[in-house]
Amino acid sequence: MAKKQYAFYPGCSSQKGASASNFLTSIKVMTEKLDIQLNEIPDWNCCGASIGYAEGGELPRLVLNARNLALTEQNMPGMDMVSGCPACWLSSRETAERLQEHSSLLAETNEALKEAGLNLKSHVRARHMTEVLIEDIGYAAMKAPVVRPLDGLKIAGYVGCQTNRPFGIAGESFENPMYLDKMIETVGAEATKYDQKGTCCGGALAFSEPEKSQKQIRDIVEAAYDSGADMIVTPCQLCQANVEIYQSEINKKQGTQFKMPVVYYTQLMSIAYGGSAADAGLNGQLIKAEKLEKIAGK
Amino acid sequence: MADNKFAAYICSGCGIGDTLNVGAMEKIATKEGKMALVKSHAFLCNTEGVQMIRDDIANEGVTHVCIAACSRRAKTEAFNFPGIAMSRANLREGVIWVVAEGAAHDEVRQEMAEDYVRMGCAEVKKMIVPGGNVKESSSKRILVVGGGISGMTAALAAADAGYEVVIVEKAGQLGGFAKNLVKRVPFSGPYSEPQATGVEEMAAKISANPLVKVHLNSTVAETAGAPGRFKIKIAQLSDQVGGALAEELVGAIVQATGFTPYDVTKLTELGGGQANVVDQAGLEALAKSANGGAILRADGKEVKSVVFVQCAGQRGSGGNGSGQHLEYCSGHCCATSIKQAMYFKDANPEVDTVVMYSDLRVPGMGEDFYRSAQTKGVIFTKGKVNKVAGGGSCKVDFRDLILDEDTSVDADLVVLATGQVPNAGVNLDDWTAVVTLADGGDEAAKAKTVEMKRGSVLNLEYRQGPDMPQFKYGFADSHFICFPYETRRTGIYAAGPTRRPMDMLQAQEDATGAALKAIQAVENAEKGRAAHPRAWDLSFPKVRLEGCTQCKRCTVECPFGAIDEDEKRFPLFNEERCRRCGTCMGACPVRVISFENYSVDTVGSQVKAVNVPDQFEEKPRILLLACENDAYPALDMAGLQRLTYSAYVRAIPVRCLGSVNTIWITDALSAGYDGVMMMGCKKGDDYQCHFVKGSELASYRMSKIGDTLKQMGVEAERVITHEVAITDHERVAKLINDYAAQIQEIGLSPMKF
Amino acid sequence: MSDINSQAVARYKNNFLREVEERVEDGHWVKMCMQCGVCAGSCPFGPHWEHSPQKLFMMIRAGKREEVLKTDSMWMCTSCYNCIARCPRKLPITHIMHGLANYAYRLGLSPKGQPNQVIARIFWNNAIKHGRVNELTFSLAMYFKDGIGQGIKNSLAMQGVGLGLMKAKRLNPMEILGGHTCKDKSGIAKMLTKAREIEDRRRGLA
Ligand code: SF4
Ligand code: SF4
Ligand code: SF4
Repeated sequence: MAKKQYAFYPGCSSQKGASASNFLTSIKVMTEKLDIQLNEIPDWNCCGASIGYAEGGELPRLVLNARNLALTEQNMPGMDMVSGCPACWLSSRETAERLQEHSSLLAETNEALKEAGLNLKSHVRARHMTEVLIEDIGYAAMKAPVVRPLDGLKIAGYVGCQTNRPFGIAGESFENPMYLDKMIETVGAEATKYDQKGTCCGGALAFSEPEKSQKQIRDIVEAAYDSGADMIVTPCQLCQANVEIYQSEINKKQGTQFKMPVVYYTQLMSIAYGGSAADAGLNGQLIKAEKLEKIAGK
Repeated sequence: MADNKFAAYICSGCGIGDTLNVGAMEKIATKEGKMALVKSHAFLCNTEGVQMIRDDIANEGVTHVCIAACSRRAKTEAFNFPGIAMSRANLREGVIWVVAEGAAHDEVRQEMAEDYVRMGCAEVKKMIVPGGNVKESSSKRILVVGGGISGMTAALAAADAGYEVVIVEKAGQLGGFAKNLVKRVPFSGPYSEPQATGVEEMAAKISANPLVKVHLNSTVAETAGAPGRFKIKIAQLSDQVGGALAEELVGAIVQATGFTPYDVTKLTELGGGQANVVDQAGLEALAKSANGGAILRADGKEVKSVVFVQCAGQRGSGGNGSGQHLEYCSGHCCATSIKQAMYFKDANPEVDTVVMYSDLRVPGMGEDFYRSAQTKGVIFTKGKVNKVAGGGSCKVDFRDLILDEDTSVDADLVVLATGQVPNAGVNLDDWTAVVTLADGGDEAAKAKTVEMKRGSVLNLEYRQGPDMPQFKYGFADSHFICFPYETRRTGIYAAGPTRRPMDMLQAQEDATGAALKAIQAVENAEKGRAAHPRAWDLSFPKVRLEGCTQCKRCTVECPFGAIDEDEKRFPLFNEERCRRCGTCMGACPVRVISFENYSVDTVGSQVKAVNVPDQFEEKPRILLLACENDAYPALDMAGLQRLTYSAYVRAIPVRCLGSVNTIWITDALSAGYDGVMMMGCKKGDDYQCHFVKGSELASYRMSKIGDTLKQMGVEAERVITHEVAITDHERVAKLINDYAAQIQEIGLSPMKF
Repeated sequence: MSDINSQAVARYKNNFLREVEERVEDGHWVKMCMQCGVCAGSCPFGPHWEHSPQKLFMMIRAGKREEVLKTDSMWMCTSCYNCIARCPRKLPITHIMHGLANYAYRLGLSPKGQPNQVIARIFWNNAIKHGRVNELTFSLAMYFKDGIGQGIKNSLAMQGVGLGLMKAKRLNPMEILGGHTCKDKSGIAKMLTKAREIEDRRRGLA
């Protein structure tokens, strides 16, 4: 069967040696099994993320993203752009949609892109990896390669903000999206009844507003414990990093005993599809996902 | 008249025969009920069963039929025998479905069923088939008082349906309040721009319609008669004609007399009366003279900034929380201010327009209109205005409710969104008080009545006063959920802002509804039938004047003002105005008022027919008088749901609690009943009584029954009244059971001993 | 007062709403708010906002220019998009918050040293310098945003985390020497300069 082809936009955090590098590792295993071919966009650049607004302003941010779209259009005509990072996806999709809607903005954008020798017609669809999995692959096909069902694992599906809003997955609700739970169940684990699915972890402000953000993170982790979860799973790099990294801080400051592993759904799938702990990038966890490792070791 | 022949038919279907002893009931119908013919049938409502009854009517000369089967509310099509008097003994919903199952209850269940057979036989024996009240000539023309949007809409709707219409308009041209508007709030998509009022088109349609006759510069000087025969005298205001009165004969009336804006000068705290502080009507005038150009103030200065103050003197706010002025929301004024702000923005987008509101109420598609105003740059500020200073430069002091601070804004012009005051004529409560004094010979009061009549809209020649009774806040409203468009003057329907505050679109819908009601009224009047809610009813009150003591209770208590007085001060019934509630029958202390098919006797004989066990049997009997509109259906529903209640109860449906004559209660208690329950509709401001005042009057009468009970030596608890809604099936069963338990506790009636 | 700020004041006189409509990203939406308060109740950092988005919109309409541009409120936005998802009037609130923050910053009115503003600036500069974000230099810069002394304390406090990430191969100490970059750095720089130029021209800031 021919592999499904996509233009791949990894994003800064998934680069080698960056905070979500283990995400990339697991994506590779997963896409392999699902007959997905990811073609890295040549010389892609940072999306600017939402936090870039202060210095960036509107047009520079659009242009930054337009460059990636233009590179896709030029080098991989006809392919959808796929990103694993919600921030990259959000910025790209917002850019693509706004430029399609407003011809004057597109003209301005192209005026700037010309400086980098590029031009955008604006036909590219920017999509998120989960979107591709759900819409193009489907739950049934996601289940097919499972050789090692994650029986007995209880998982809190933490969707976070930007995977879910303002675009989200078509047909899902903003307030109580179910797709991550369904994906958890697809690989044989149990999705707990988790009431902080869409809570903000503080995002980039985890750095600059540690107290405020850590209050959010505490809620997120606590609710996972309350739901009886063994671990949290998320599609978002920043969520993963914030919720995992700051648990020790919160423990130190507030006397909690948090030790809740936070993994990516891609890691679950890699293991379920027969990959090793290393294939799934489990060595990259600060808080070891022991139960998952145990299954991987079987 | 041919001899009466009475027959009883007992159905043994639907489980009746399995649970009850039908043979015993047949015997009772023959022996005690004295029915000439008694038959039972396994399936009475099927073709064969019905045919059996029809054959008896045709061949045996049966004139009166008691059907002992299901509730009188069931199988009404099957058991429909024109020209035949019929009673229904409710053995299914009223007995087998509600009495607890099992042999332990067999005895009381059978007793209950037998009593219902006795009651059905007793009732039908007292019934007469009503002959109806067909009049030789009945007018089907419709009078519309008021030629504004509501009036014109009603007139066109009635004319479109083929009815002749007479419009009486006090101004020199049609259009009412709307003719002074530049534009109206949009009625059709995309709901973003004000639209032309359409007044000219409507007026043109009216003058082109041969069915519509218009009296301009005119008012109604007198309305006499009743539906189908209203005689209207019309006074011309214009000089040339001088006091000559035109006369029109009509069958029904739509009162579409609109509203008057609340007197803005009373709003002193909001700058009312000061220069450059206007109400919405004032702003329309300014906009009209601007004719699409820049809007100028009275002093000729161009308005560059304007503030609209919402709810001015409305919603009990008085603009300053003082609770003065109007208590209610007039509904249209938020959208009207939005429209008026657009007058400014459309003429010149640079004009600062601020709408100051505490709640922006734009129902229906008003939300789109609101959005459109925002798009045009109208600023909406959530604030409570404390003070407005008018003059050359106006200043509005307000509390910003979002930013929580006291602040102010300057403006060239301030528009106060004042409320609608209904043009509903004379307040009958005030009127009655003055008339009572005048009747007592008070000269000042007599003069006052003349003066009050000058403010009347309809000048009804009715004993109860010259206009429609008003409800809350002086509107001629009715219970708008249960009985939209109904009023308490049969054949007269209020429409538009005289009925309740409303906007133009609502007024048009309202007027269409009122026109349809008026058409029903003239049609029913012609056939001698009642109007809503007993539109099929051909009976009407018959009074034996020989016995009348001229106590006037019926005249005063009739909720619909149907009874006047003749020259000898006897009650004069206007059948076409009567709604057949029986309130007069309930009121009459000497019991001379009755209907042919519903009388003091039809109910009284049922009360007496019940077999009341003596003191040794320890089986209490409770009489339940249940309003047929809500309570009785709720009892049936309890049966349908198989809820159980005490088998000691004997239920009799009544037209309205207002029709309950105290004699039934005292008779029951004397006969040894242990308690009397009444179930009627909700009373008060949010009444649900189908006859508006019936349940209220009943509860008033019952509050006075204590003395009678004391004289009889009966405890007060033996008579109780409940308000019940049609949805209360669970509650009615519980009320009965609770009362039965209470009766057990107080013990059997002392009258038994 | 900065130059462009005094020019703005002169140009728009008392009409701050118009200024916002013309110069702030998605500013033309501000007038459409119906003051329901849903955004205020949906914001994760809501309690820390001096003025909620709802209030800011009202303040803009009320012409409270200084108060709006000088507040640190919109800098509290985590870009969670809750408000956008819930606003019954479909205001792109998140974008307006970013736009307001950016505009205040451009005028030099935003609170100096506001941590989120600092991080936003550092992040952007970090990103455009190489075309991609260098997480190590970004983090170091963050720790030193309050000065050298505080920076050492901050990084000591988070040392455990850093070492952990390094062990997990998720923070690469070699990045300080360069790390990931785009090939066409100069093209990116030129195009961004151009974009800024066009936008400033359109907004009347040039
Ligand atoms: S039956 Fe009712 S409406 Fe008719 S006259 Fe009597 S009280 Fe009035
Ligand atoms: S996007 Fe920003 S303003 Fe909106 S709710 Fe999230 S943090 Fe608050
Ligand atoms: S949710 Fe939207 S309409 Fe409501 S206050 Fe916020 S911005 Fe305004």
